[in-house]
Amino acid sequence: MRSRRDWSRASLGQRLAAAAGLVFLHAPVWVIVLYAFTTEDRTYQFPPPGLTLHWFEVAFARSDMWAAMRLSLLVALAATALALVLGTLAAFALARREFAGKESITLLFVLPIALPGIITGLALLAGMRTIGLEPGFWTIVAGHATFCLVIVYNNVVARLRRMPASWVEASMDLGADGFQTFRYVLLPQVASALLAGGMLAFALSFDEIIVTLFTAGHQQTLPIWFYGELFRPRERPITNVVAVVVILVTLVPILLAYYLTRTDEKGDT
Amino acid sequence: MLRPVATFLHGRNAFYVSLLLLPPLLWLGTVYLASLFALLTQSFYAIDEFTARIVPEFTLKTYGQLFTQPANVDIVLRTVFMAVAVTAAAAVVAFPLANYMARHAGPKMKALCYVGVMLPMWTSYLVKVYAWRLILAKQGIASWAMTSLGLGGALDTLLATPVVGGPSLASSYIGMFIVFVYMWLPFMILPLAAALERVPGSLLQASADLGARPGQTFRNVVLPLALPGLAAGSVFTFSLTLGDYIIPSVVGAPGYFIGMMVYQQQGTAGNMPLAAAFSVVPIVLIAVYLALAKRLGAFDAL
Repeated sequence: MRSRRDWSRASLGQRLAAAAGLVFLHAPVWVIVLYAFTTEDRTYQFPPPGLTLHWFEVAFARSDMWAAMRLSLLVALAATALALVLGTLAAFALARREFAGKESITLLFVLPIALPGIITGLALLAGMRTIGLEPGFWTIVAGHATFCLVIVYNNVVARLRRMPASWVEASMDLGADGFQTFRYVLLPQVASALLAGGMLAFALSFDEIIVTLFTAGHQQTLPIWFYGELFRPRERPITNVVAVVVILVTLVPILLAYYLTRTDEKGDT
Repeated sequence: MLRPVATFLHGRNAFYVSLLLLPPLLWLGTVYLASLFALLTQSFYAIDEFTARIVPEFTLKTYGQLFTQPANVDIVLRTVFMAVAVTAAAAVVAFPLANYMARHAGPKMKALCYVGVMLPMWTSYLVKVYAWRLILAKQGIASWAMTSLGLGGALDTLLATPVVGGPSLASSYIGMFIVFVYMWLPFMILPLAAALERVPGSLLQASADLGARPGQTFRNVVLPLALPGLAAGSVFTFSLTLGDYIIPSVVGAPGYFIGMMVYQQQGTAGNMPLAAAFSVVPIVLIAVYLALAKRLGAFDAL
């Protein structure tokens, strides 16, 4: 009888273990936030001897940081736009149809995420060298769009699969033509999935480094700039501040995406 | 303007599907598949030892180099061993939280837990790696915490252990292992929780009614049913560890990993064929792993 209770209600040990897991996942992020305010600029001393806002001022005065930030934002916007178009088209084509070769096409649409980023990166570099393409802004965008479209595709496909097929039929039965059905039935249903997919794609692109190091040439996105700073210990306080900025820039779209998909799931069930 | 087009397309299903599919397929075909093909081609070329130029002729010389030179074999084995260790550890660490989320938490608590797992998962990859470098550094939080708990001696012993140890946690395999487990943990928790959520409560009651102790129920009922989730999660942890080159270069011991070798060979060493051959290793390993995972039903849990 004891065992039945154990499985239906969490014991104190189970609760503690779950809480420990969550703390483990979150603590490192808080550590970075704390270190951005430390007065100690040479070692990683903990606890910090004092707190200051000085480093924010220093970091924000760095023009190379702003240039890298600007490039990253532009790349993320361009890659997200491309991914939204391509991912949505693919999702509409594949969501609810069965045809010969569908499985291999579906596999192709998850491959850029399933294979490690380093393979995508090196492959793109090999491709660029084969056709003699110089790395630059658009090669970075092309690389990012390739895995971002998978995110958009996944989001939209999931939404289309959850939508009852009868809705489209009902719309047609009531006399709507194909365009009206798309405009008034399908589009409102997938709109938030599109938005969520776009947000996630943006965050993913803004933060990407593994593929970007191969496709960027001499361009410096913010993660590449940040990566370089990691090996320059004298600039440590600036690195800490930029880390906090990066967390904030990616956090907002992710929370929005979560909120958008969550409210829909509620409406579904 | 769009209306006649939409009307025309409706009912012409095959035509409509191909029209939709054409742009994304064209994109993935030209940008991605063609690049993968270029990569594969490169791996069958070799570098001329005197001129250091790539000779564009089919040869297995580069693969020969990869599988016969002990240093290269070491890199592959080291990477695979790390990937397996990280996968196993991630499964163990993920289980309590996934289990709580799936079966014990109320609706509000469950939503909170999901956000709690997804937020760190989506937080900047580089920032998290950097955070761990701060934590594991010589005077960092990890050693501060160990010393305050009176475990400073244990830490020193751990760091003095050959192979896994090093001058500090931030420059040892044990530190690298911790960072890998941390980084991929959410990718294990989410599919595992999804699989556990599908375990019917009645089976657990039945098991208990038939006299099984909690341990027995776990081993004979929960674990087999959670296996697809574990397999799905392990695909991520395994694949991500195999290909990563940032973590071993920021946190870790001097030994090379596949990803670092790929990055170095294509860059400073200028040996694209060897880099390509190295990058084919994870592709093959992951293909084998995926085939295994598919047999375990991993993809039903995604």
